[in-house]
Amino acid sequence: MDAIKSFINIFADPRLFFLLSVVALALIVWKREIFARNAVGYGLMAVLAVFFAFGLFDENFVLIIAKPDNVPIVALIFLVIFFTWYSMREAVRNDERMAAGDDVIEKQESDRVWVWPDLVYTELISLILCTAILVVWSIGLEAPIEQPANPAATPNPSKAPWYFLGLQEMLVYFDPWLAGVVLPSLIIVGLMAIPYIDTNPKGNGYYTFNERKAEIVIFLFGFVVLWSSLIVLGTFLRGPNWNFFGPFEYWDVHKLEALTNVQLSDYVWVRGLGQSLPDNILLRESVGILLTLGYVFALPVILARTVFRNYYEKLGATRFYVTVVLFLMMLSLPVKMLTRWVFNLKYVVSIPEYFFNI
Amino acid sequence: MADAKTIEPQESSLVRFWNWLTETQIWTSVFRHAAPINDRNRVLVMLSNVFLHLHPVRLKKHGVRLRYTWCMGGLSFFLFLNLTFTGVLLMFYYRPTLEYAYSDIVGLREHVPLGIMREMHRWAAHAMVITVWLHMFRVFMTGSYKPPREFNWNVGVIMLVLTLLLSFTGYLLPWDQLAIWAITVGSNMARATPFLGYEGPGASLLALGDVQLIHAAADARFALLGGTFVGEGALLRFYVLHCVALPLAIGFLMAVHFWRVRKDGGISGPL
Repeated sequence: MDAIKSFINIFADPRLFFLLSVVALALIVWKREIFARNAVGYGLMAVLAVFFAFGLFDENFVLIIAKPDNVPIVALIFLVIFFTWYSMREAVRNDERMAAGDDVIEKQESDRVWVWPDLVYTELISLILCTAILVVWSIGLEAPIEQPANPAATPNPSKAPWYFLGLQEMLVYFDPWLAGVVLPSLIIVGLMAIPYIDTNPKGNGYYTFNERKAEIVIFLFGFVVLWSSLIVLGTFLRGPNWNFFGPFEYWDVHKLEALTNVQLSDYVWVRGLGQSLPDNILLRESVGILLTLGYVFALPVILARTVFRNYYEKLGATRFYVTVVLFLMMLSLPVKMLTRWVFNLKYVVSIPEYFFNI
Repeated sequence: MADAKTIEPQESSLVRFWNWLTETQIWTSVFRHAAPINDRNRVLVMLSNVFLHLHPVRLKKHGVRLRYTWCMGGLSFFLFLNLTFTGVLLMFYYRPTLEYAYSDIVGLREHVPLGIMREMHRWAAHAMVITVWLHMFRVFMTGSYKPPREFNWNVGVIMLVLTLLLSFTGYLLPWDQLAIWAITVGSNMARATPFLGYEGPGASLLALGDVQLIHAAADARFALLGGTFVGEGALLRFYVLHCVALPLAIGFLMAVHFWRVRKDGGISGPL
């Protein structure tokens, strides 16, 4: 029993947790015919249910899971996995029909029905079910109320509301001006840009994967791997001092983690060239600044000329550069994660004098 | 042999009552047509009822199936109505001041027999965040943001942001440790806003001579909180935003959203 728990604790480590989610997404996309099977979908739900049932016998696990505000996130885990599976299943089914020369299911069901009764009754039943669930949920689980607000007593850990915990998790890798302001704004801008940068006319109004591979993979990566799984990580696996704790681990306030992170400028000047840091800020951070400028401005151009040449010609310059810059901004999080895990890199550019750290 | 007796079918009293009721002047003034059991009245019910007229009269079969819609948009709307209703009830009991806020919430628990309105408001709010995300997920997976629905996707993204802001502003109102520290963590981000937050990159460049334009008492975070920390000003601001400004904004956008669904050709489907 304890062996299983410590095994799961190890796999919940942010590094493994993130890499495993990426591998899972790759597997889902690559082996989607297998993933789309009913047995896989319901099996996943069953495994999850067994996992949570197993966890309920562990006091540390229960402490986190049964916090009233965390209950919706348990539901979120089930729902996101279920609907990822479900939408892929419908996409695979439609793809198989198209491969066989048939119409997609939506096309076959395009004859019209009366809104009364076909739609209004569905709505009524959904509404009643939803109300029933809310009433039962509200009777069964009291809304939390803690001690009165006290600005002098900071709880440890202090967490934002659960839907912002993915952003709070980004604070491990980026400073607040990026993790809390610039990147969230770019998420909104990126979402709003989707209909204008996606010029693929296919897959409009029906489930499909084969006709929109890149779009769906990028969206699933953003929504499931980055947004949802980081919320789960930030809620369940981050304890006092934002240290990592496995799901079956006691939240020890005194857990110590060595801060061994190094600035890029230290790598370059101190470790690389064996001299002290230059006084001039721009010179000190020159390598990081060049790397950052290269990532944002030069890399898109290089990509347009090489790997993504086809996309460049298909999308045109404006659409292509907007797409690629947004895409690179999204990838900046996993890039920063990897450099942190592999090189202990703290900041690429570090100018604390002006609160400018990247 | 005696003649076979024919027995007249007898209407039960309930049916007779129903027939009488539906012919009264009061009933016919409310419902202008008979029950929607034939095609003509199925059209009329959609055209003459203000609540149903958001719908078309007929729609494609795939569009009524949960397989396609997951009902997530509808549930989001329903949860919003639920939140409005429970929220109004909560406003009767709640005063947004440092003196009363916490004790009013405790009072809701202690003095209202069988009260579940706060619970329902909180859980419905969490649920709405999830249903809005899943609605966006479904719309993406069916490619429904593609032309001609680009603009409506954008309206949806703004409503997604407003949903999160509604939930965020509501999180502060119980005025307990959970509330103020969650809002403190969240709003601390604002002071790192480039140029406009006093700990943001570039803020020190905005100065007239020696006078800093951006400082702790004049920056983005101060504007959000109405103070330099989560205090009385923040509570009032969040209360007004939560109960008045944001619901009005999202209600307005909902009208646009539903209108555009119809104007862009109804529920999406293969072209």
